[in-house]
Amino acid sequence: MKVKTKETVVAWWMVLPALLVISIIAFFPLFKTFYDSFYKFGLRPDIEKTFVGLENYVELFKHDERFIAALKTTIIFTIVSVALETVFGLLIAIVVNQPFRFRGVVRAAMLIPWAIPTAISSQMWKWMFNDQGGIITKILETLRIIEPGVPILGLPNTALWAIIAVDVWKTTPFMALLILAGLQLIPEELYEAARIDGAGVMQRFTKITLPMLSSTIAVALIFRTLDALRVFDVVFIMTRGSVGTETLAVYNRVLLMDRAFTGAWFGYGSALSVLIFLLISIFAIIYIKSLKLKLE
Amino acid sequence: MTSKSKRRTYKTLLIVAVIFILIWCIFPFYWAIISSLKPNLELFDPNPTFWPKNPTFSNYVKVFQERPFHVNIWNSIVVSGITTLTTLIFGSFAGYAIARLHMKGKAIVMSLILAVSMFPQISILGSLFVILRKLGFINTYQGLILPYVAITLPLTTWILQNFFRDLPKEIEEAAAIDGCSRLRTLFQIVFPMSAPGLVATGLLTFITAWNEFLFAFTFMQKPDYYTVPVAIAMFAGRSQYEQPWGQLMAAAVIVTVPLVTLVLIFQNRIIAGLSSGAVKG
Repeated sequence: MKVKTKETVVAWWMVLPALLVISIIAFFPLFKTFYDSFYKFGLRPDIEKTFVGLENYVELFKHDERFIAALKTTIIFTIVSVALETVFGLLIAIVVNQPFRFRGVVRAAMLIPWAIPTAISSQMWKWMFNDQGGIITKILETLRIIEPGVPILGLPNTALWAIIAVDVWKTTPFMALLILAGLQLIPEELYEAARIDGAGVMQRFTKITLPMLSSTIAVALIFRTLDALRVFDVVFIMTRGSVGTETLAVYNRVLLMDRAFTGAWFGYGSALSVLIFLLISIFAIIYIKSLKLKLE
Repeated sequence: MTSKSKRRTYKTLLIVAVIFILIWCIFPFYWAIISSLKPNLELFDPNPTFWPKNPTFSNYVKVFQERPFHVNIWNSIVVSGITTLTTLIFGSFAGYAIARLHMKGKAIVMSLILAVSMFPQISILGSLFVILRKLGFINTYQGLILPYVAITLPLTTWILQNFFRDLPKEIEEAAAIDGCSRLRTLFQIVFPMSAPGLVATGLLTFITAWNEFLFAFTFMQKPDYYTVPVAIAMFAGRSQYEQPWGQLMAAAVIVTVPLVTLVLIFQNRIIAGLSSGAVKG
């Protein structure tokens, strides 16, 4: 018993540094954000801090069109990019699961989009979308998909698609590798048995592959949704949030870091931070629940 | 369709699909390299070529002459390096305690740590900025390292505790019987045996810190303190309308090549580490 107690003390000392860092850097600021969201104040010292209750939240939903627009953009971005990433990811996983020469090389290449920092790949794509000398602009013009001289990143209906394309490019191969890990767990005998019973390719896919992959896909999907809802880098770098591409995180940073220095916007920005946190928490809880299901 | 022609269609489809995947993954990177080697006149040619006609390294020279890019690289190395070391030390201590030691409230500790990985960074950005400003940590390395340690600890602790759990317990028990203390067992037996796991998680941590943008962009506000992603995002020419794309692509290639090389070398470990982080939780 004494040995056990001593061991417990050692254990607590060992987790202490980790707990301290996340308490100071994550939990305390989160708590402070909640607290600040009930006040009206800015980062300039001459603005007095006053308690306003839920006013910031009411203001956001009732009068802030920019917030509503950012919410819509974020939802569209999330649904479209996660859907495309899942479908393409599944297709690519199936392809690289087939036996062919240089399969290892192709699988390795799939890590490249993921390894390049988003800030950098966004600039690479921004250059390809450039209206002068941009290769994608050139290709789309040649194929007559867009009119010559159209700035892809400067127009509302094209800019968001360009941003989605970059996100899909970056994440799909990674998604495919995760799904591939799930594919490799499906026993070959299942397919053999189905083939003997005369099941066609489509039937084997819908009756064996998809059901066996469902938990892997579900987990990857929620994981990606969590990421997409807080998207910042790619949007900020490609358009700075202009022409209707502003997402919640981009707008939130404007409130907290730009406007808060000129007016009483910090509490308001904190309220938006809380909303983003709550929105993502919903998906995080679903995520954790789905993991538990998988473990049982 | 005969089975022979069926096989042929399958093969053709497979080859087309594989080529498509390769182009998808490599083309933007390839295009950045090509663009970085083109002189300005060729860069804005209305009919861009897929190969530079007059390759030049002038963009690579200019990127260090016209801006403090070497300083930015150094900032990133220091910040990511110290973050990785700190996270590995804190994460392996916590991971070992959770995996092996007798401790009440283990599950709660692990859940608390893991919960942080779900935190949207933007939700703590404002408060963290205010706290760091009070501490005088804006525009300092520690002002970025501390947040990075916090955001990389969850995955590191989780992967490492999974790793420690899989190590054969008998060796540690034998060491304990021989009178080896817990800490000595940890440093002389457990850590050496876990070297592959530590390398893989360390690499993941390093990449996360190296790639991070939002915190770096907010807490480092002078060009001399920018890390690489911020320097590249804030890349500007002499005027607002004149973006030096050739130089920008050269900068992108310089910092991406080592990263991509590392990732390709350690690909198997990375995939294993990430899927244990993402798929298992």
